[in-house]
Amino acid sequence: MSGETVWVLGASMTRFGRYPELDTVDLAAQASLGAMSDGGVTIHDIDVLAAGTLYQASSGMGQRLQKQIGQTGIPVYNVSNACATGATALRTVYLSIRAGEADMGLAVGVEQMGKMGLLAGASKEDRSVYEPSGRYGAVMGVDGVLGTETMPGVFAQAGMQYAYENDGVGFEQFARVAFKNHQHSTLNPLAQYQKEFSMEEIMEAPLQSYPNTLLMCCPTGDGAAAVVLVSEERLRSLPTEVQRRAVKVSASVLTSDPYVEGGQVQPDVNTLTRNAATKAYELSGIGPEDLDLVELHDCFATAELIHYDNLGLCERGGAGDFIDSGAPFRDGDMPVNVSGGLISKGHPIGATGVANVFEVTTHLRGEAGDRQIEGAKVGLTHVIGLGSSCGVHILEKAA
Amino acid sequence: MSVERDTPRVPIVDYLQLEEVPHLLTNQCSSCGARFFDRRNACGACGATEFTTTRVANRAVLKSFSIVHRAAPTVEVPFVSAIVETTDGTTVRSNVVGLDDLAEAKLGMALELITYVCGTDDDGTECVAFGYTRA
Repeated sequence: MSGETVWVLGASMTRFGRYPELDTVDLAAQASLGAMSDGGVTIHDIDVLAAGTLYQASSGMGQRLQKQIGQTGIPVYNVSNACATGATALRTVYLSIRAGEADMGLAVGVEQMGKMGLLAGASKEDRSVYEPSGRYGAVMGVDGVLGTETMPGVFAQAGMQYAYENDGVGFEQFARVAFKNHQHSTLNPLAQYQKEFSMEEIMEAPLQSYPNTLLMCCPTGDGAAAVVLVSEERLRSLPTEVQRRAVKVSASVLTSDPYVEGGQVQPDVNTLTRNAATKAYELSGIGPEDLDLVELHDCFATAELIHYDNLGLCERGGAGDFIDSGAPFRDGDMPVNVSGGLISKGHPIGATGVANVFEVTTHLRGEAGDRQIEGAKVGLTHVIGLGSSCGVHILEKAA
Repeated sequence: MSVERDTPRVPIVDYLQLEEVPHLLTNQCSSCGARFFDRRNACGACGATEFTTTRVANRAVLKSFSIVHRAAPTVEVPFVSAIVETTDGTTVRSNVVGLDDLAEAKLGMALELITYVCGTDDDGTECVAFGYTRA
């Protein structure tokens, strides 16, 4: 039936980290089998599969996964959308169910990055003879000559622009974001790193791109996450115990970046996040004040701070005061990234936008163990992929 | 000037105009005025397809920056990556150059476009880059 409410039936993720002994399909299979098992269903219940990976986008990940978990002939969508890849896979399944084409579907996000190190930023190759090439007629790589192309730098600039436009934001506020997320990760056995650092250690860690030090940047790593989504009608045919653990998808939104002046040289990560959040709040009838926890895209500490504002978690311009007040700490008014966030839980790119739905789902079910936010009923997930794409999901505990 | 002309030189990117007073050029949408450093099939802001070539002001303020300490092995660090806003409202990305100490970079500081030679190829052609220095 089209237009139905969609629910999360099962969810699973591997611990994020490094798995040199496994390949990417193994990781995807582990998360997929885990999600189906968690939902009490098998591959024979699944009507559609969406598989997200960025670095293996052309590898036919979905079909390769089927060979490991069951080839049933269902439609497969291979999805790639930068750091929003996982959220896009999830939304692909969501749309199939909403369209009435599927009753139940599996969305998986996976990445195996190993120790890739710094992302983006071309090496500056001095050609033997200068010849203009590309859309800008460049005669050499411009990274480091015409600004930075690396991710820590691009997101540093996003944060510094916020600092330029608003009071009360500086190095210390950005560092405090990382302090919080490292602290949170000590309670999450699925996090890549589970170590607390002092403010001093964070601020004195090697500078990558000021104001982001090494401890304010997410690591690269391996991991997978998967969810089983189900239609309302099909959910009601399942045992009561299964229904009780289901989590409602109250909003699923994907946006891209509208034109803004300056977007051609510095990606605007704000407008599309604001647009996605606004639409998600409208669709769900839920406001930021109703949220019990948020998992947002803290690829760098500078990114998390500005998304407090973009998602409406704080007053406009008030992100510095918000972190200083302690509000986004797990014992604060608006817990953010209680998983440890990308900074400490890790960021295997394709997995991230499914893993944050796993995290919120686990809290809404009351199954998050030591890191449980007590009484959590509503949560929001957010990812952003540069280029740009933003995915926001709002999840609600079953009534 | 005649000595300089003996050495062939090329701009690092085609939107840097070296002659007379060096400056940047944009493809400006004839309909809405949006400016682009690359060629566009249609305007990203409004979809119109007519463009004119427009000069960008050389004076600017520092809207955002990052002091980059880690980059690809062939990139010299540290340097100040900058997002500047020119006095005619165009956002440009480049480096802040000519600071004695990189910590002198401050949000809102007044800047001015300068050019400098950033490399020479095997034919002796110089590559000219642009950056922003304290105005």
